[in-house]
This record gives sequence, structure tokens and C-alpha cells, in this order.
Amino acid sequence: MAESAEQADRDDPAIELIGINKSFGPVHANKDIDLAVARGSIHGIIGENGAGKSTLMSILYGFYHADSGEIRVDGKPIRIDGSEAAIAAGIGMVHQHFMLVHNFTVLENVMLGAENGAILNRGGNRARIELGRLEKEYALEVDPDAVIEELPVGLQQRVEILKALYRGAEILILDEPTGVLTPAEADHLFRILAQLKEQGKTIILITHKLREIMAITDTVSVMRRGEMVATRKTAETSVEELAELMVGRHVLLRVDKGVSHPGEVRLSVRNLTVRDGRGVKMVDNVSLDVRAGEIVGIAGVAGNGQSQLLEAIAGIRRAEAGEVTLDGQPVHVTGHADPALLRERGLAHVPEDRHHMGLVLPFEENENSILGYHGAREYVSGPFLQIDAIRNDAKAKIEKYDIRPPDCRLKTANFSGGNQQKIVLAREMERDPVVLVIGQPTRGVDVGAIEFIHHRIIEMRDAGKAILLVSVELDEIRSLSDRILVMFAGRVVGERGPEASEGELGLLMAGVEGEPVQGEAAQ
Amino acid sequence: METFYRIFLNVDTLGSMVRLSTPLLLAALAGLYSERSGVFDIGLEGKMLGAAFAAGAGAATFHSAWIGLLCGVGVAICLALMHGFASITARGNQIVSGVAINFIAAGLTVILGQSWFNQGGRTPQLTADERFNAFKLPGADAVRDIPIVGHVWTGLVSGNSLLVYFAFAMVPLTWWILFRTRFGLRLRAVGENPAAVDTAGISVTAMRYRAVIICGILTGVAGTYLAISLQAGFVKDMTAGKGFIALAALIFAKWRPVQVMFACLLFGYLDAVGIRLQGVPIPVIGAVPVSLIQALPYVLTVVLLAGFIGRAIPPRAGGVPYVKER
Repeated sequence: MAESAEQADRDDPAIELIGINKSFGPVHANKDIDLAVARGSIHGIIGENGAGKSTLMSILYGFYHADSGEIRVDGKPIRIDGSEAAIAAGIGMVHQHFMLVHNFTVLENVMLGAENGAILNRGGNRARIELGRLEKEYALEVDPDAVIEELPVGLQQRVEILKALYRGAEILILDEPTGVLTPAEADHLFRILAQLKEQGKTIILITHKLREIMAITDTVSVMRRGEMVATRKTAETSVEELAELMVGRHVLLRVDKGVSHPGEVRLSVRNLTVRDGRGVKMVDNVSLDVRAGEIVGIAGVAGNGQSQLLEAIAGIRRAEAGEVTLDGQPVHVTGHADPALLRERGLAHVPEDRHHMGLVLPFEENENSILGYHGAREYVSGPFLQIDAIRNDAKAKIEKYDIRPPDCRLKTANFSGGNQQKIVLAREMERDPVVLVIGQPTRGVDVGAIEFIHHRIIEMRDAGKAILLVSVELDEIRSLSDRILVMFAGRVVGERGPEASEGELGLLMAGVEGEPVQGEAAQ
Repeated sequence: METFYRIFLNVDTLGSMVRLSTPLLLAALAGLYSERSGVFDIGLEGKMLGAAFAAGAGAATFHSAWIGLLCGVGVAICLALMHGFASITARGNQIVSGVAINFIAAGLTVILGQSWFNQGGRTPQLTADERFNAFKLPGADAVRDIPIVGHVWTGLVSGNSLLVYFAFAMVPLTWWILFRTRFGLRLRAVGENPAAVDTAGISVTAMRYRAVIICGILTGVAGTYLAISLQAGFVKDMTAGKGFIALAALIFAKWRPVQVMFACLLFGYLDAVGIRLQGVPIPVIGAVPVSLIQALPYVLTVVLLAGFIGRAIPPRAGGVPYVKER
């Protein structure tokens, strides 16, 4: 296998990048990138956020123009100055955020930009036939008349793949394709990719998940800080080596943690029911306890009520029914639960979406580092803020949490995702809370920062805090939690220990309990 | 009862409805093209006003209705391109740009009108030759006395100006363009998710400019109709909020062409009835203030949108300038 791939690599690269450079102002996003992708192979590109993967693929798909360098498709140098040119060169892209029109049908989305003539009816019939043929050939069944917004994400992604194939793509680029999928859907996607490869398509897979790289690729290239640092045959490398190449130093992938010593119940939720703005029941009769010194993880595919559960507990969203007690005292979750008051009572909340709920991006770092606690005695005197005290406090947090760049006057928007998350975590953790509620602690955060954040969460646990953790990253839930609750359709459908297998949890997350089922059935 | 019939159901009232809803319909369809492409346009009023002035001035100067139309459409396209440049190329705020166009049109038409024609901001009174006149459709006289069918044909359908027929012909045409052609598919897509259009290899900028130009043409015809068909010359502020009523009709109809026509007919009908209700005492209530009737379209829009027709969801990318991501 490795040998044949090697042979193909030398003889017949489907696509070649030579000396690609791209700068955005002072930022050198791509430095002299060389890359050759063998025809009929699956080539992984891995790297941290900001390593330049997306820039490189945007150049390949004509979103950006490279400052210098050459792109060759089938050995011929070509110029890609727009998506149209990329499509003409046989390059198709499945974007991380799907490029679909939500209120169009599948057929309309596939046709958009390739309509076969000015009148839709005539071109439409031809498109329908062609789409049917593609669906059959690649086992990608979708109802052509279904409206996109009514399809599950797994199927929407399938439409994106069909769109690319319909345009005659020979080279398919997938950008973080599994971020929105359940484990079962991801497995199904991998089967589709394997089949596409068998039919001679070339696939470039961009991801930051090492496990996926190991599972499906033939070759893997690692990017770090705008440079291509290594290319390896997947069979000849290991997760540890790739992680080290990505980060540039040795990384501990497994979280080292001791045994937990749960104490008293600090947070208790009984029969909580929450509806969203449209009146849909998002949390359905959920009960749970979190004890001092333990981490309770909530696993589930995004959109199964975890967000609403967190918001109700944090006092941001009014619950319809149920009771919550914080450190033995009741919280008015069905009435007006004041989040500021809850903070004072020792409930710290790291919201899932740091940009919308955790930070004010145009503010300076030091301002964000006290937000929510800006009434605390050490930060104010009368109606005035104690600027010096706030800045010194921010500097101490920057030091302790290794926030980079270490400048408390810098606008928060100018920090990377991982450092922004550290700002939020520092703010919430340093107030010595009783209960810590954390949503998506490492979403969009680099491997190096993930290691640090996980470490801090474990430290908080060992310091006797009660921690409720919500994450869509199953690996994260499994490595941090002392107990795992799985949510599906607003209900807690099961509780497992941290030793539970991924497959077992995956089934629970898909709403299937008991006997194992195929990927399709899980959708 | 006689009075009631005369005011509410007379063919004369209905004919008036058709004429009064025509500028609304043209402006609302203009807004439909622009907003379906993702460019919100509260400058319909200003474009209409500018076009009305240009049409009145052009027709009076060159003694030709057709040259008046050309001037009206030309000016409206220029204003539309200003809005397009501000909101597509310069990625500015579309509301601010629309408001600016309304102010420019309101001020400039009066100043230019005064300095060119010296009639207090009016353009000279037009003769019949310089206007788009009503013309009779075949058989209008023959069927005049047949009840209902004849009345409708003679009083309602026949006897309107060319621009009225143009406006109503634009309804099925717009529907067909929007839902049955490649251009329409791309237009709708660019208003919902421009990134999808961009990645499909189509220029978002070009699509939006095309939509904005169509918007200019239609508001141009709307303004021309006001100045040289419905009336015989431009009068200061003659649009009198029609651009905003057209916007209300557009929202009311949820950006769908056939529904836009019915909404405009409804608002035109209220207008026609309002004129006829002036000074007429209604049993129990007494004489109704005209301003109350004039406010009805707005009140109706708010009330109906709030409860009766459900949420009107605008095109998702409306109002947002397109920037390539990352």
C-alpha cells in the first residue's frame, strides 16, 4: 500500500503546489509551500489554527491569489484567479460552513452556477438525470426536491459533495468535514471518501483531528506557522509524532489525572425543562448532581439541548419548570435568576460561544478580564473603576495563564482563539467559584493551549470545585470527566463512567440504545 | 346605501385603485429585485421622486413623453447606482445610503426645478401630447353597457396609460424571471447566501449591480408615471411617501411578486376610497379625517404583520455587504 502510494507520488501527482507564498500585511500566512498530492489518494493536511491550512486551500480554490508560486494540475501549470477557474480545473471544495442556500431544494443548490442554459426547466431536467446518476454511482442518495434546511447536517454535507461531483471535480478538498457530524455520520463520510478514492478521485482532507488522519489518509502533511514542516506516509507515522510536528514541541495528548474524591453535592438540578425562543422543548425533564471535586461531562451532538441547559443553570435563559440548588440554596431558574447574583454566590460560567457571550471583542484585554465582576470591591471605588488595580490584576492572570501576547492593553479581538479562551477561563477560575460551568472549553483552540486548559480544569477539580462540562468533542469529555451524561433530544439518555467506549457513547448520542446499528440507521 | 356603493364598490373607485396602485406596484417590484439580491433599499422614495422630476422636466423641455420616460429612468438608474456603489462596492450601511438618496432627491428636485423653470419647484404644465395618455382597448365601446363584464372591461381594464399595462405585465414576468430562469435562481441565491454563489464561480458584485439597475429602471418608470401620466407635470414632493408604502407592500407580500400586486392593489384601494371619503359623513362615526385614511396602509401593515400573516422573513443576507471570508 505504502509502496504503491509512493510510486504514484513520484509518477503522477494530480495536483502540485510549488513555492507558494502569501502574506496578509505583516503576517506571512504561507511560506514557500511545496505540496504534491498523488492521484487517487487521500492526502491529509493537519496543523493548528492559524497554521495556514485554510489560506493554502483558499488559494487552491481561487479565493485568494498567491503572491508567488505555481499550481500544477495534472502536471500543467495553471492560473486560478477565481472559483470559476478552480472548478474548470476539476477542483471541488466542501467548505467547513456549507455553501448551500438554506431555502433552496437540493437540485437548485446543485444547479446553482451550472444551470445549463438561461431557462431553468430545460437545464433542470438534465441536471435531475445527472444527479440521479451520480447518486447511484457513489451511493450518495438524497431526495433532489428536499429543502436544505430540513435536511440533517450529514445529508447537507452529502449535497456539498454532490455539488462538487456534478461540476466534474476530480480533486475534492474537504475542510474540517467532521466538525458538525456525529461519530456515526463521520464514519459514513469516511466510507464515502474511501469509495470516491476507489473510483479514482483525489481527496485532500484538512483537519485538526489526529484520529481522523490516522483512520483514513494515505499521506499526511503537517503545517506549522505558515510552513509545511513535514510530509509522512500515514502508515509510517504515529499520533504522537504528528502532534509534536504540529505544535513544535512534545505534547501530552492524554490528560494525566488522579482519582477524584467527590464530596458534597454543590449543584443539583431537578426535572429541569427549558424551551427555546420558538417554543420548542430543548431540555426535557433533566436531573443531575455535581459534587465538589468531580467533573461531570455532558456529551452529545450539538443542538441536543446542552446549550439551553447551560444557559438555564447560569441564569441566562428562563426555565419552564424544575429546580436548581446551588450549594444547598435554591436558584430561581423559572423566574428571574440574576446571572450577576449567581456569580456572587459562587457560580462561574464559561459560555460556549466566547465571542458572543464571553467577551466584548473591541474591549482591551484588562477590561474583559473583569467583565461580570466589575462591581467587585477590589476593582471599583464609588462609581469609578480602579484602573491600576484592574490592570495589575490582568497582568497577574496573563502571567499565570500564559496568555500571549502578554499585553493587557491590547484589543481582545487581536488575540488568537486559544488566548481569548484563556482570558475567559482566567476570569472565571480566579474568582474561586464553588461551581464551575464550562461550555466547549477548547472549541477553536490549538493543541498546545488545549493541553494547558485541560490541565487547569483538572487542577480546579482537585481544588474541590464542582465542575459541569459540556463539549461536543467526545475525546475531551472522555478524558476529563469522572462521570459522563449523554444528552439526546433534550433528555439525559444515559450515564457512563469515563471508561465507556467511544462506540457506546456514540450510539447514545445518536439516540440509539442497546444493539449496534449501521451508520445510516443512526441518521 | 347609495353613498356606500358609490364610494366602495363603484367601477370608478376600482379604476382609481388601479391607477393609484400602479406607482406602488412598480416601486415594490423594484424593491423586490434589489432586496432579493441582498441590497435593502429604503431609497425607493427618493429614486421615484428624482425620476418624476426628470420625467416632468424632460417631457416639458423636449415635448415628448418618451424622452420624459428616458430622463426619468436615466436619473433613477444613476441614483440606484449611487446606492449600489455605497452598499456593494464600498460596503457601506444600506439604510444610511438609502436615507441619503431620499434627502438628495427631495432637496435637489426643488432647487433645480426652481432654478430651471421658476414655478416654485414645479415643472411646466404638460400638454396631452407630452404625456402618456389613457388609451382604449379594443371593444371598450362595444361592451360598455353589458353589466359587470362590460363595466369592468371598459372602466377598469381599458382606458389606462401604457405604463399601467407595463406595471401589471411586470408581475407575471417578474414571477417567471425569479422562479424559472437562471438569472432568478442566482438572484435569489445571492440574497440568501452570497458565499454559495461566490464559490459556485459567479460574481456576487455583478449579480447585485444587475439587481440594483433593474430596481433603478422600475423606480424610474414609477416616477415617470406619477409626473407625466397620472398628473401633468412634476410637483414638489409628489411621491408623498409612496416609496415607503411600496416597501410596506413588499414586506407584507413577503417579497413574492404576485402577492406584491395584491398588496399594492389593497393599498391603492384604500387610497382611492380615502379620496372619496373626504367630507362624507359615515353613519355613527361621522366625517372621517383624511389623515386617518392615509395612515391605514401603515397601520394595516403593522397589524397584519404582527398577527395575521405570520413572520415576514427577509432574504437572509439582506443588508449585509458581502466580504469574502477569512
